[in-house]
Amino acid sequence: LINLEVVVFGLLALIAVVSAVLTITSRNAVHSALFLVIVMSSLAVFFLGLWAPFVAMVQVAVYAGAIMVLFLFVIMLLGAEKLVGVRLGRSWQTPVAIGMGVVVVALGIFLLLNAPPVTVVDLPAEEIVQGSAEAIGQALYSTWLFPFEVVSFLLLVAMIGAVVMTRHERQKSA
Amino acid sequence: MSNASFVTLFPAIVGLSLVLFTLGAVGVLVRRNAIVIFMSVELMLNAANLAFIAFARAFNQIDGQVFVFFVMVVAAAEVAVGLALIVAIFRTRQSINVDDIHELKG
Repeated sequence: LINLEVVVFGLLALIAVVSAVLTITSRNAVHSALFLVIVMSSLAVFFLGLWAPFVAMVQVAVYAGAIMVLFLFVIMLLGAEKLVGVRLGRSWQTPVAIGMGVVVVALGIFLLLNAPPVTVVDLPAEEIVQGSAEAIGQALYSTWLFPFEVVSFLLLVAMIGAVVMTRHERQKSA
Repeated sequence: MSNASFVTLFPAIVGLSLVLFTLGAVGVLVRRNAIVIFMSVELMLNAANLAFIAFARAFNQIDGQVFVFFVMVVAAAEVAVGLALIVAIFRTRQSINVDDIHELKG
């Protein structure tokens, strides 16, 4: 079955894979980061198509926005664009890693082709679970309340940790 | 997307998730720049998120999307600490090549 949706999402998948390959092969770390932004943005479109609009927006705002800006900031702060070339490890590591990757992908595709077809119930529009902010919030504050609190504490710890680590270094050098 | 398109695309989406995850793993193994290794880890997390969302859609459940939310929060915390570590290492060693950082190697 080929229709417009299948074509659009196929093209997006192609863009994501090509950008991911360029992310891990670019010599310049800034280029890697920008290609990773493309991967994340195309995944956000996938999330929109899979009825997860809230997660798609968080993906754009937090991942493609905040996290990648942090990456770019650190790369430019350290001047680390070209500090380390692509090929500096043991010579046998690269072919072995690529070989293992090819084996894993081949195995996965073999399994996918032999998997039973997924059965999706043809639900009426009002019964479809849409990942709106309201629905996610309801789930977060009822079923997932405890993990939510734990994660907020984790964010606090990470924030303090980042501040302490950079501050310690500054005192040492002064 | 509609149910018919989703049934067609579901194996392809899981396959895309698999390919992106493997590319991230290869990036971690091949590259020596600590920041690029870190970005490859982010790529792997994103691939896992895509699988979560696809299965949440297939089972018509919201829990998968909530889990992706948690993964993103943990990833944000991880990036904050990890990049602070990389900056601290760069200040003391003037290098972010992971082969140069071997003081703890047994």
